[in-house]
Order: sequence, then structure tokens, then C-alpha cells
Amino acid sequence: MSLPRPAATALIAEDEPLLAEALRAELQQLWPELTLLPAVGHGQAAVDTALARRPQILFLDIRMPGMSGLEAAAALAEDWPQDQPFPLLVFVTAYDQYALQAFERAAIDYVLKPVQRERLAQSCERLQAALRQREPAPAEGAVQQLRQLLEAPALAQALGLATSAAAAAPAATPLRLLQVGVGSSIVMLPVDEVIYFEAADKYVRVLTAEREYLVRISLRELLPQLDGQRFWQVHRSLVVRSDAIARAERDEASRLSLVLHERPERLGVSRLYAHLFKAL
Amino acid sequence: MSRPATHPDLRQRLAALPYVLRAGLGNVIFSSGIGLLIHLLTGQALRGALVYSLCIGLSCWALIDGSRQLSARLLRRWRPGQAALREGWPGWPVMLLCVLASVPLACVAGSLLAQALLGWDLRRAAWDWPQKELLTVLLLTLGASMVATAVFYARGRLAAARGEAEQARRLAAETQLRLLESQLEPHMLFNTLANLRVLISLDPARAQAMLDRLIAFLRATLDASRRGEAHSLRAEFARLADYLALMEVRMGPRLQTRLDLPEALAELPVPPLLLQPLVENAIKHGLEPKVEGGCLTVSARQEAGQLRLEVLDSGVGPGQARPADQIGSGFGLEQVRSRLATQYGPGAGLRLAAVAEGGTRVSLWLPLSTEHRTTPP
Repeated sequence: MSLPRPAATALIAEDEPLLAEALRAELQQLWPELTLLPAVGHGQAAVDTALARRPQILFLDIRMPGMSGLEAAAALAEDWPQDQPFPLLVFVTAYDQYALQAFERAAIDYVLKPVQRERLAQSCERLQAALRQREPAPAEGAVQQLRQLLEAPALAQALGLATSAAAAAPAATPLRLLQVGVGSSIVMLPVDEVIYFEAADKYVRVLTAEREYLVRISLRELLPQLDGQRFWQVHRSLVVRSDAIARAERDEASRLSLVLHERPERLGVSRLYAHLFKAL
Repeated sequence: MSRPATHPDLRQRLAALPYVLRAGLGNVIFSSGIGLLIHLLTGQALRGALVYSLCIGLSCWALIDGSRQLSARLLRRWRPGQAALREGWPGWPVMLLCVLASVPLACVAGSLLAQALLGWDLRRAAWDWPQKELLTVLLLTLGASMVATAVFYARGRLAAARGEAEQARRLAAETQLRLLESQLEPHMLFNTLANLRVLISLDPARAQAMLDRLIAFLRATLDASRRGEAHSLRAEFARLADYLALMEVRMGPRLQTRLDLPEALAELPVPPLLLQPLVENAIKHGLEPKVEGGCLTVSARQEAGQLRLEVLDSGVGPGQARPADQIGSGFGLEQVRSRLATQYGPGAGLRLAAVAEGGTRVSLWLPLSTEHRTTPP
């Protein structure tokens, strides 16, 4: 006979209520030992609920309002506690030609809508096998897979993601000047003077050696316009000019942070981008 | 060059010949015809008539065609943009000059050549010819040249028109395909089917209603892309209602819709599924990306002798959409714009604007008159 099914907790993120309900019903039949958290309808809710409840499995719809399933997974990979195993991911999508290729390459599981019971059963078996084998290890494997997924340029383009300046199709000529409204005047700020950009809701904080500006553009819109060789994304909300970085340091919890030449503050590097900093 | 009713592959083979050979061959046939005619009408020796008309005809062609190409090339320096010049047609006034200047020269040169070929006495020079004979030859050559030039001109026009028609046909087919692709977006289709699959076991009656809506939507989309005949505003709104009903099942409480069509306007003709891309855009780029969803209103009203249609959503607003999405919306708007332009000309238009309290408003206006130019199928 087959092995006993392990008990686990799962979270479904799906913006179409009927589909979320159907997936829940199917999963309950296929895997009665699985505890299902109340389904969430958008990416941010998926991140918040997952961080609070720590499920072992995530079913993520790719196209969701606000934050897509992929962005939610990337955000989770950044904020997930280092000592906890990262959730197993299954992406759910109706039709995303490029996404499927990228999933295959990164060996990340996905199911297609309409979800067929047989296909879902296969996914469940794979998840059960992974749960049985898994030792409580940090999330590096999953992070590696996600990084590979997010760096697939075709995928980034197809879903309108700008996960890193290098991955998204870069602008033909990178931005040289930022026009920043300050009071009633417009400051022409050379991009070369910027030390780093930080996302702040729908705005971006622009920091130079002396000053701070606020521009009305999202980091997602700004990223493809920057020279990917000079400006590195080190966190989902941080883009740093590479030659403004003095050094990268690791603390006791092996978190990476950046010390800058001309500014006192330290910038945290998320684990999705930690691979950028390696000694020769 | 007259085109005999030839077998198609002979015709193709002829068309593949270089221009000089094709035109030369045509000229030989045309000149021989005239020679034969002279022989039959005046009773002159066949050999003499043929050699004369061939020599005069060919030198006429060489001079006229040469000066045509030369003048077209010269004129092109002045007006590089003119399409006729690019095709080697300098215009009738210049062409008349070319013909008038070439004909006397060609008559003299052609006659001398013919005499040489026939072994006649060259010393009996052209100025010794009886005046009547000279005048006849000149007039005959002039007439034949004018006819040949007119034929050349007509054929050029015909070929250009045929090329333009071909180009237009290709463009129309391409647009039709892209329209169909944009309307039968696979993501929408599979998500709808996924919902339908769930409803079948959960609520069969609702599943059936949803399936009927899907059938009506698919039929309207296919019909519109094939025929494109105008339908009534009532029918247009009914198709929008089908599509929105499907989206309401999918989005649940995140989508509220309102369709507002005054009864007085219901029978006005509009191009089929004109509003569909706008409604799709409003959902895809406005309401779907917004976490809390919102309201979509489609309305029609009469204003200053125009029919005003409006698609209003309370979504994320223009400019907030992601870069990749904007490519899609671009085609949708572009397509509606070009449909309005081809059907109504400058009397119709479209404007997209952000709504102050959040969202997007697309306004569209077209002439209210009942006459409506439908596009040929």
C-alpha cells in the first residue's frame, strides 16, 4: 500500500472566488490530512497570511490584483525567516505560455486551470514526497529556484514584471537625468549622482550624498530605464548604484548588508540578491 | 503592349522578362501590325512596309521611352516624394513634349535605317521625299506613338491600383486576425471555462446560463470578425452584457456593472463589437489589477447631434498599468480608432482620460445620422 499522507498546512491565493473554492474542495478530497487556511484573493494578502501562519504549501494564482503570484513568492523569499523551511510552491495559471517554460526550467510545480483532478493528484503526490524527505533546512533551494524563475527575461516581459534591471528588456538608452519636482521648480538630477533608490508605496525615494527627493513613479516602472550594469537591485524595494557601495558585510544571523561611501545608513540585501556579492 | 488571352503560366513567364524585352516585344508586334495594315490598305510591298514600320516604330519607342525615363529621373530630383515619378511616369505635359520631339527624329532615323536594310539608295535622302508621303508617315507615327503611350500609361495605373488593392486586402486580413486574437484572449477563455467547470457540479442552472452567455459571446465575436456589418446599439449592449456576465461570475463581488442605454437610441446602427475592446481594457487594465475591484459603467446618450458612448471604470487609472499591459491596450484603442476613422471619417473620435477620483473614462462620439456606411465584406 502507499505511504501514509503527511499532515500539512496549505494556503490558496486565487482572486476568482469560485476557482478558489473548487481548488479547496478538490484538495480536501485528494488529501484529507491537509489543513487549508482560508483562501486569500490577492498577492499582498498571500504574503501577509503566509508570514503570519507559516503554511508548508502555497498554491499561488499567477495573475492576481495588486501583486502577482510570482511577485508574492519573491517577496516571501525575502522576508521568510532564515531558520524556517520555505513553503513548497505550486503556481496556478490559466494560460501563460512563457511562465510554463520558465517553471519547467526552474523545476517549480504548476497546475493549469481548469484544474484537472488527475493532474492535481500528481502535484499532491509530489508535495507529499517532498514533505516526507524534507529536513528542516533553510530556504536556499527554493530561493535558488525562484531566482532562476524571476531572471527569465521572457517571463518578466510577459507578465510585465521588472524583477531586475538586467532581466527586463533594458531601455535602448539608459536614463541620464531625473526630473524631480521640488516645490514649484523642477530639479534636473543626474542619475550618476544618485546613491540609491528606495520604493515607498507609489513613489520612489531618491537619495544622493546630500539630499533626498521623492519622485512619482513606481520602482517597477523606473527599473527598466536604469543601466543594469551600474544600478543593482539588492532588495525588492532597493536599487543601489554599484560604485557607491563600499563593502558588503554579514552579521551573526548571516544577513548581508551594504556599507555605502557617501551615506551613513546600511542597506539590507535580500537573499534573492545575495548572490551578487561574492568574494573573488 | 497588348496582352493576348494567354495561358496563365505564359503570362507569368512574360511578366518575369526584363522590362526592355517585354516592351520591345510589344513594340515589334504593334509595329508589324501597322506595317501589315499599310500593306493591306495601300498595296505597298509587304516586305518594305514591314521593315519601314518596324524601323520607325523601334526608333520611336527607343527615343520616347528613353526620354520618358530620363525626364522622370530628372524630375524626381525636384519632387522626390511623388509616387508616379518613382514609377517612371513624368506626367502628361512632359510626356507630350517627349512624343512631339521624338516622332520627327524617329521618322528620319527609322527611314534611313529601313532604306539601308532594304539596300535602297541612301542618296535619295529624306528631303527629296514627296511632301504628302512625308506628312502621312509623320502623322501615322505620331498617332501610333500616342496610342502606345496611352496604353503604357493605362497599364501602369492598372498595375499600381492592383498593388494598392492587394496591399489593402492584406492589411484588412491582418487586422481581422489580430482583432479575433485580441477578442478570444486565451487567458479569458480558459479562466471562464475553469469557472464553468466548477459551476457544473455546484450550480447546474447557473452553469447553463453561463454557458449560454459564452456561446452568445463566441458567436458574436466570430460573426463580427467575419462580416463586420453594422448592428443595432441594442444588440451591441446585449453582447456587452454577455461578456460582463461572464466576468461577473469570475470576479464575484469585485465587479459591479451598469449598462445604460436610452430606449430612443437603441435602434441606431453601430459597427459590431465596437465597444468590446474598450470594456475589455477597462476590466483588464482598470478593475482586475485593483485589489478591491470596482464599478464599470457603459452608457449611450445623444449630445449636440452626436451619439456619445462612454466606458467608465473606477479602476487603477491609466498610467498605473504595467508596461506589458500597455502594449495590449494600445492595440485595443488603436483598433477602435481606426474603425471609427474608416467608417465615419473625421466626424467620429475617441478620447481616453483619467478620472480625478480614480479610474479611466473612454469617450467615443460618432455622427447621429441614420445613414451608415458599412464596409464591404
